Amino acid sequence: MIDKRITNLDEENSSRDARARRESVDIDMNPMVDLAFLLLTFFMLTTTFARPQAMELLMPVKPKADAIQQEQPVKESKTISIVLSGNNRLYHYQGITDPEVKAVSYGKEGIHRVLEEYKASIPGLVVLVKPQETSTYKNLVDVLDEMKASDIQRYAITEISLREKDLIKNHQP
Amino acid sequence: MPNVIKSQKTPRLDMNPMTDLAFLLVTFFMLTTTFKTEEPLQVKLPYSQSQVKLPETDIMTISFGEEGRIFFGVDGKFTRERMLDLMGKHHGISFSPAQVQSFGLLNSMGVPVSNLPQLLDMPPAQRKEVAQPGIPIDSLNNELDDWIVFARIANPKIRVVLNGDQETPYPLVKRIMNMLVENNITRFNLITELEDRAS
Repeated sequence: MIDKRITNLDEENSSRDARARRESVDIDMNPMVDLAFLLLTFFMLTTTFARPQAMELLMPVKPKADAIQQEQPVKESKTISIVLSGNNRLYHYQGITDPEVKAVSYGKEGIHRVLEEYKASIPGLVVLVKPQETSTYKNLVDVLDEMKASDIQRYAITEISLREKDLIKNHQP
Repeated sequence: MPNVIKSQKTPRLDMNPMTDLAFLLVTFFMLTTTFKTEEPLQVKLPYSQSQVKLPETDIMTISFGEEGRIFFGVDGKFTRERMLDLMGKHHGISFSPAQVQSFGLLNSMGVPVSNLPQLLDMPPAQRKEVAQPGIPIDSLNNELDDWIVFARIANPKIRVVLNGDQETPYPLVKRIMNMLVENNITRFNLITELEDRAS
């Protein structure tokens, strides 16, 4: 009896299959494709793939008023100053007393090469970045980026003194 | 069988693989997407070779433009609402629940606190139209400093991101950096665009 039912079912199935094959329904896929591509376009246009890059900057901690000053003096011969001036001008010099100011350009052939030379000749190099009021944020980021590129560990953004401003002014033609 | 073949005169294109592909791509984009955020201040980012990605969460963004306007924003609805509450109490301004709600959705803003309720009452479309004057940083009324303090109270894990325009004059940058150092924030991120070393 069970066998019979199974065969019956089989017969029914096969007959339905036959019918289905005969009047096979065609679904029009085009609207669905349209929709899919519409969504695709939407997501492609609204997406932001590249998350912006970030540069990390560490500033010295503000010294506490009651803290004992334990600042290690740095040898003058090991200090390099980079002065950021207006109109994308850049100057560098070694030491503090009566230094020889040299102008340099931004970029691989300019400041990058200078920093590499200093780094090779001076062990324990300390770079002081001194932006003038006329310089821009771009100048600062460029110089900080060169620090990273040249792998200089010790650098600081410091105030430019009046004397140094004069030095730069005298150098300018 | 030969009958059937003969009856199909026009060739039919099988659309299924195309649909499959389209939906596959849709799914991919849906999963990877992060929506472009509406920025009231357009900045031209400086270039660097830094490959470090910006942290995605727990950030406060200080944007500054060429003309010296400063905008401020934090992420996270909860942080925003808590920060607004603290800021309102400090300046003696109370915000309605609708305004708080609206601030929770606001990415970045640049108006003095006194004008903030007015800005929050606007519908988002209108908000885009108005020119926001920037957050005041005068020594008498340094609201940016307050925002920084309250953002850190609202979310102690918060990190600072500077989003500045290339041509911003240095004195403004120095002022913001000094303000951060005064608040004992000595580590911050500068948003930059990746530069091609070859060029």
